[in-house]
Amino acid sequence: MMNTQNHINSSVSSGTKIQEPMIEIRNLKKSFGNQQVLKDVSLKLFNGENLVVLGKSGSGKSVLIKCIVRLLIHDAGTIDVLGNDVGLLNPRELGELRMKIGFLFQSGALYDSMTVKQNLEFPLRRIRKNLTEAEIDQKVIEALENVGLADALNKMPSQLSGGMRKRISLARTVVVDPLIMLYDEPTTGLDPVTSDEISALINKVQQKYKTSSIIITHDIECARATANRLIMLKDGEVYTEGKIEDFDHSADPLIKSFFK
Amino acid sequence: MKKLNPVPKLKNFATGQSIRLSEKTIEKSETANTFFSGIGDVTLFLKRIFKETFSRDFEFKEFLRQCYHIGNKSLPLIALTGAIMGLVFTIQSRPALAKFGAVNMLPGMVAVSMIREIGPIITALICAGKIGSGMGAELGSMKVTEQIDAMEVSATSPVRYLVVPRVLAAIFMIPILVLFADAFGMFGSWIGINMKGDVNFSLYFYQAFASVSFGDFIPALVKTFFFGAVIGLVGCYKGFTAGRGTESVGIAANSAVVVASLLVIVVDMIAVQITDLLT
Repeated sequence: MMNTQNHINSSVSSGTKIQEPMIEIRNLKKSFGNQQVLKDVSLKLFNGENLVVLGKSGSGKSVLIKCIVRLLIHDAGTIDVLGNDVGLLNPRELGELRMKIGFLFQSGALYDSMTVKQNLEFPLRRIRKNLTEAEIDQKVIEALENVGLADALNKMPSQLSGGMRKRISLARTVVVDPLIMLYDEPTTGLDPVTSDEISALINKVQQKYKTSSIIITHDIECARATANRLIMLKDGEVYTEGKIEDFDHSADPLIKSFFK
Repeated sequence: MKKLNPVPKLKNFATGQSIRLSEKTIEKSETANTFFSGIGDVTLFLKRIFKETFSRDFEFKEFLRQCYHIGNKSLPLIALTGAIMGLVFTIQSRPALAKFGAVNMLPGMVAVSMIREIGPIITALICAGKIGSGMGAELGSMKVTEQIDAMEVSATSPVRYLVVPRVLAAIFMIPILVLFADAFGMFGSWIGINMKGDVNFSLYFYQAFASVSFGDFIPALVKTFFFGAVIGLVGCYKGFTAGRGTESVGIAANSAVVVASLLVIVVDMIAVQITDLLT
């Protein structure tokens, strides 16, 4: 394992410019009861990059990004997001930081009791309080057009397919212009065509909104399409990291089982 | 893998000797731990609600929506139940009063009973079932489908948006529903009296209100605000603290009804004792 990690790390460091990370996680630990989900995770997300975090189910991927926005409170280690130690922020500071982060949930998490338009207006009215009604309408339409669903404006979430829900959810997340995007299994449960569309949207968001993203997935096609860099987790630890070609050419059995 | 010691050892501070705890003691201490951590959770939840209620960004639109939802949608059920209670109470009381030749006291007796006890308690129990379970199920399903988490990460306090408007709407609307239940109960009673007699509407209400004083009305109304608070708080707490699976939505709704109904009865008992002491 060490050989694999050394090999891949050297190739990453040679290709990455030295710059201030948007997110820096050091020695993160998180347990639920007796079960230690994250044992010792350290990673950096640099400005403008898409970092894909791969791993088997139960390897702690989703727990990792929930700790970043403090939906879960970590047991040990530090998480610096845009220069703020997430664990030390008071509720007001945490709220301000969360305004700069977009989180796409695995289930989409659209508000069932609201129309698509109201779903998109909800964060806008609370985060961008200085916007006029006309500006809110314009931003909602623009976000929906970006995901190709401008005609779904007045639909209820129950009237949408799985792929449409993901796209609307993505529109709701980017409508407030976040600096960082966190994607939790963006293509899980979708057919290959819709998965490709979502992957393309992730790239579009990166280019259009200049976001830095962490993409949690075990979908290799999504990883190939979106990753600037990859990290693989195994049993709550960083197993290896590198670029997609490093993973493609790796002889490590675990990596090969993903990239066969 | 590290093997856990099933029987932890404690040290006796006086003698310095190790003490072995039995499985039963450990089980009881875990139960006590769960109980006290539960009390801690409830306290923190109440503290958060109190803080958010007086925050600058009060969700007034959501509060009005919940008032409509609780008030308007529960009104037909409350009105029908109140009318039937008044009717049945009158029909069943008539023979007992007739034995003493006191049938003319029927309107006053029904009015006092409806206003002091039957109206508030029946309304509160129906609302515990309808509103409490609704809140538990709605918030529980929002928790399961990560909607509450989504709200939290979009820098909106779910307590401020979801809990505070629901609790306040319950506090404000349940007393109004109780007034409707009282009114429809007395209307039902008038129908009941006229099934075996002939009392016109104005005479019935004159006789009824002649027996009712502010001392009957005010304590009964005050306790309904507490009923509303109990129903709103329990429904929201159960939904908000639901587990992750779909099964937990049903559990949240069910336990919201059971706990809210029980607490309504406990609050009623306390309110009656206080009223009795003060009058």
